[in-house]
Amino acid sequence: MLITAQNITKSYQRKGKTKAPVQVLSNTDLSIESGKVYVILGRSGSGKSTLLNILSGLLTSSTGTVRYDDTDIYSLTDGELSQLRCKRVGYIPQGQSAVGTLTVRENVLLPTAIVGNANGFSRADHLLEQFGLTPLRDARPDELSGGELRRLSIARALINSPDVIFADEPTNDLDEENSRIVFEQLRNAAQSGAAVVIVTHELFAQEFADVVYRMQQGSLIREKGQ
Amino acid sequence: MSIRKLLFFNIVRRPLRTFALLFICIVMSAAVFGGAVISASLQNGINSLEQRLGADIIVLPESASEKVKLENILLQGTPGYFYMDKNIENTLAGVDGVDKLSAQYFLVSANAECCTVQVQIIGFDDETDFSVKPWLSEAYSGSLGRNEIVVGSGLSTRVGHTLKLYGVECKAVGKLESTGTGLDTAVYASADTVRDLIKAAESKGISVLSKQSPDDVISSVYIKVKDGYDIDEVAANINLGIDGVQAVRTKSMLTGTADKLSVISGSVTVLIIAVWVLSAVIMLIVFTALVNERKREFAVLRAVGFSRRKLGTQVMSETLVICLIGAVIGIAIASAVVFPFSRLIETQSGLPFLSPGILTSLGYAALAFGAVILTGPLASVYSAYRLSRVDTAKILREGD
Ligand SMILES: Nc1ncnc2c1ncn2[C@@H]1O[C@H](COP(=O)(O)OP(=O)(O)OP(=O)(O)O)[C@@H](O)[C@H]1O
Ligand SMILES: [Mg+2]
Repeated sequence: MLITAQNITKSYQRKGKTKAPVQVLSNTDLSIESGKVYVILGRSGSGKSTLLNILSGLLTSSTGTVRYDDTDIYSLTDGELSQLRCKRVGYIPQGQSAVGTLTVRENVLLPTAIVGNANGFSRADHLLEQFGLTPLRDARPDELSGGELRRLSIARALINSPDVIFADEPTNDLDEENSRIVFEQLRNAAQSGAAVVIVTHELFAQEFADVVYRMQQGSLIREKGQ
Repeated sequence: MSIRKLLFFNIVRRPLRTFALLFICIVMSAAVFGGAVISASLQNGINSLEQRLGADIIVLPESASEKVKLENILLQGTPGYFYMDKNIENTLAGVDGVDKLSAQYFLVSANAECCTVQVQIIGFDDETDFSVKPWLSEAYSGSLGRNEIVVGSGLSTRVGHTLKLYGVECKAVGKLESTGTGLDTAVYASADTVRDLIKAAESKGISVLSKQSPDDVISSVYIKVKDGYDIDEVAANINLGIDGVQAVRTKSMLTGTADKLSVISGSVTVLIIAVWVLSAVIMLIVFTALVNERKREFAVLRAVGFSRRKLGTQVMSETLVICLIGAVIGIAIASAVVFPFSRLIETQSGLPFLSPGILTSLGYAALAFGAVILTGPLASVYSAYRLSRVDTAKILREGD
């Protein structure tokens, strides 16, 4: 598994009076390999989430290409890209992302609704156990704390055993102890072969990383690893 | 977990939203189906009446209109008790333009012990009749014998069974089709039988409102005008030429009703369309208002791998399922109200009311069904489009 992003630029059209486009990413290159943990640090507003969204295909870059192995994801139809995202990508968004009509367990199982997953149920129960959500398995998201919701979205990202995991500030609502547990889990996922990309403000996340980048002025600067 | 389950949870676990949409669908389908059936029933009633009359002109004693509204004789079978000399029948036969004629004799008693509804006994001439017999649902052979009767569709008496009139067992040999009017509760008999019934009534001390025998008097004469003659002219000639009678065009007896009916039927149609449009607008507003509330949910689905098409399908399926259920409930409710109470509607409105047959009713049900399951999804197309194009990256970036 190798994701290569080349020459990525992204500008947003501001809605204000000036309507001047804001360039968030400029000529960024990145490649991601299986089994490694990548940590991206950076100021708020520096474009970290934008980059993750582009890598996962949820956002289209203004220029440049994103390849999953030999597949240029911009050449895929929406259906094909969605399929790829469901099977191969685990995405942990920055914001709250539980579906209100589903229980915790059903939320974790959500990605299996599309492609089907024979061991979905046992894997879900295993993940719930791992993230300490078993007592809450039948609760609805509105009964959960911020940290519990965060763990729920991590468990959901792992359900289909994806090739790559994008985690956008996965420890935002967690104390250090729990943050370490989460990083540990993501590290484990990498050990079992997944590529893991983590955007975070936690400096100690670097301990878990193979490669560390800092996002600055729209480009990635490597701080650790190769 | 499956997409179908997801759909089910979305419907069941948002009871308020589901109920609101369901309610709109129920109102819409009930209005379309109920309205169509009522409108058709009224139209059926008047059509059947016009056909059944078979006569162009009815001749009645001049005094008849003082006793009872002419229209009611036809519509509600209001027992008429007015009589004129039997010789008038012969005189009428001589009027230029008269093709066929047949006299009837109305026998009225204060109460009939057979039925819950007051029955009107009508003596008619089996040989000359052209307005009653065409409506026999089962023909009898030969002519109507002594103590044999033909019953209107509204009476429970079946062919072959007997009906006790003034203590006399009368055998039903024929039954008429439903007309949707008071005539459905009439009993037709030959003059001989009527004579027997009067005698029986007198001997039992039951008061009969007529003192004269069908040998001497008649109540009405039905006339069919020869082709090529102007009906109004023939009626005018009768009115001018024969004393003590009035000739009325049957059509004109019904115009008042027909007018009332077309007004009602028009209002029902307007009402159906109004309910329809209103429901469609409300649905559109509800669906559109729900878009913002549901954006995050759909952004999540998108992030876990739902394609735009799947998201759109999800919205449309939800709508379709609710509409399907709503349409079925609405049609069921309307059926439960309109059909069992058709008699009540008839007596309350004073209009002929003849429910359409099963096939036609099914047609209207299909119409109502179609209206709902087309309108609902159509009203949610825009929201489906918006939700399938949620900007996942933007929405999931934000906390709540
Ligand atoms: N849809 C959008 N339209 C306009 N501007 C946007 C949009 N999305 C992001 N931006 C802008 O792009 C810049 C980068 O945003 P992004 O969310 O990628 O930053 P970030 O590094 O993830 O920040 P944080 O650490 O706060 O999550 C910000 O200045 C933001 O205002
Ligand atoms: Mg961010």
